[in-house]
Amino acid sequence: MQREGSPWRGLGVVTQKELSDHLSSARMLVIQLLVVVTGVVIVLVSLQQIRDITAEDPFLLLRVFTRSGEQLSFVFVMTLLVPLLAIGLGFDLVNSEHNQRTLSRILSQPIYRDALLFGKFLAGLATIAISLTAMWMVVIGLALSALGVPPNGEELARAALMLVVTIAYAGVWLALAMLFSVLFRSPATAALCALGLWLFVSILWPLLSGHLVNVLFPPSATTADALLNSLSMHQAFRRLSPGALFAEIVTVLLDPAMRSTQQSQLAAMGLALVEPGSIPGAPLPLLESVLIIWPQMVGLIGGSIVLFVIGYVVFQRQEVRA
Amino acid sequence: MSNLVIEAQNLTKRYDGVPVVKGISFSVAQGEIFGLLGPNGAGKTTTILMMLGLTEISDGRVRVLGYDPVREPLQVKRRVGYLPDAVGFYDHLTAAENLRYTGRLIGLRRDECESKMRTALDHVGLHDVTDRRVSTFSRGMRQRLGIAEILLKEAQIAILDEPTSGLDPQATIELLEIIRNLKNHNVSVLLSSHLLDRVQSVCDRVALFSQGNIALIGSVPELGRQVIGDSFDLDVEGEGSGLDAKLKAVPGVTLVETVGLNHWRLKTDRDVRADVAAAVVGSGGKLLRLSLEAPTLEAIYTRYFRNEREGSRHAA
Ligand SMILES: Nc1ncnc2c1ncn2[C@@H]1O[C@H](COP(=O)(O)OP(=O)(O)OP(=O)(O)O)[C@@H](O)[C@H]1O
Ligand SMILES: [Mg+2]
Repeated sequence: MQREGSPWRGLGVVTQKELSDHLSSARMLVIQLLVVVTGVVIVLVSLQQIRDITAEDPFLLLRVFTRSGEQLSFVFVMTLLVPLLAIGLGFDLVNSEHNQRTLSRILSQPIYRDALLFGKFLAGLATIAISLTAMWMVVIGLALSALGVPPNGEELARAALMLVVTIAYAGVWLALAMLFSVLFRSPATAALCALGLWLFVSILWPLLSGHLVNVLFPPSATTADALLNSLSMHQAFRRLSPGALFAEIVTVLLDPAMRSTQQSQLAAMGLALVEPGSIPGAPLPLLESVLIIWPQMVGLIGGSIVLFVIGYVVFQRQEVRA
Repeated sequence: MSNLVIEAQNLTKRYDGVPVVKGISFSVAQGEIFGLLGPNGAGKTTTILMMLGLTEISDGRVRVLGYDPVREPLQVKRRVGYLPDAVGFYDHLTAAENLRYTGRLIGLRRDECESKMRTALDHVGLHDVTDRRVSTFSRGMRQRLGIAEILLKEAQIAILDEPTSGLDPQATIELLEIIRNLKNHNVSVLLSSHLLDRVQSVCDRVALFSQGNIALIGSVPELGRQVIGDSFDLDVEGEGSGLDAKLKAVPGVTLVETVGLNHWRLKTDRDVRADVAAAVVGSGGKLLRLSLEAPTLEAIYTRYFRNEREGSRHAA
């Protein structure tokens, strides 16, 4: 059956209202502070280390983000913190409309539910984008002034791509938080479930998945093929966590020498991928790095679309009254 | 072109196969105030939600201003104002900000919205609190803000779900006055309620809901005749000796009930006020009061549901 009128009627109005709600809320202020302060602290620490070992590195700026040493790396902290940011914004997007009893009044205005839900998602994502961009600019500014070397275009492009990927990663968690806010009437339940899943996926799953693979597919031969196979299997399981996808993408983006997402695991075993006709450790052009992680990027974006669509379907069939 | 703004035919709603609205049909004319009355859970809110396209219709059809709320919900929602029961607003926004949001959702231009908003808030008496957060509003103020939203929309039909529930008597009277005013602006009103005597005073016609069916439909006097029959109650007060017997002797009086000292209630089969007055005065007594009591909606309602219960007990 054909519905009359555009499903997106009112989308702009809803997005604007939600965005201004977010930007003026105390919760947003706290989250924003948390993100910026953490980002700055970590970068300051890694700047300290980098200055100690200043080398003739053409990608000095990028090292600021990946440097870990005994400290936490910027990338690792973002993997943990960004979901928290998204859950903090998304866990009460829909159920608060039920609880404030505004839903039936708003839906009796000439808009479809599509516009309401999508507007909320867009506004949430825009809010996250604003916080992350602000932090990114502070961090880049700090790093540039501390390092004292002008950045080259490719470095900046890679850093900017990292920002985009981080926003996409936040999108997955925002869609998940919003799904929970559709499923559960109580914001507390929605928040707890989302946080529980976040804890499981980012902390327990990386530990568990390795054991799970070893149990399901016991390592047998020690040929190169078998080794690569089991490595791929581990990777496939780990990738069920969006954090793993994000980490893979960012590692390749920020290290132009990375030729494969398995490289670091191989290196940990003292092995290296050798491609005929290429110099190991030589930097790849940006486009090639992007091609390597293209599937992971599609995976992240696809994941958020799937989560959003599930939430959308449930929301469409939900009764408006509390 | 008919002047019916709402037409429902065989409208049915089932939740998980259980019917809660069972094939009701009714219509509301242009400029009419129509009441949906019935006990809790009778299906009033469900009927309203179906008319707005906010819940699926299981069977039957409804036309609102000629539009089908299932296929053309935007057309319907553009022209119909809805005040949900226990209406909610965004607490962290002011009254004006809440209405501005609605205005933009409707698609009003900014200046147009501001001027209409001012008129609407004036009309419901909220002009002093436009810039206060809704979190500080009382129940009655929220209801009135909801009506202001309908005015802002310049709706042709106002659908009000229990607009007076939870309001004190004064606030109720004020709200009913506002509702009457809607009618003067040529807005058709459909309202649901269980506050019967109040509803009676504003409704042109009512539909009595009972377990998902419309049991009775019509104006209050019509319903009175249907349910209670053609009996008139007279309230008589007077002084004089042996008035009892005199009253009993008046032709048309079927029953004389003593309410108190010099105070009787007569059941009659026609309007015999003139004869009663003549009888009292003719016997040398003093007539202090003589009034005809029309059946109230309350009486109709209680009588109807009592009859129905007894009917079902007999059937069982
Ligand atoms: N989502 C739902 N699932 C199943 N049954 C429902 C649902 N919503 C309402 N009902 C049932 O539908 C019936 C009619 O409810 P409705 O809210 O329309 O009654 P009402 O006349 O508005 O009552 P009230 O005067 O209490 O507001 C009730 O028996 C209720 O239990
Ligand atoms: Mg109701």
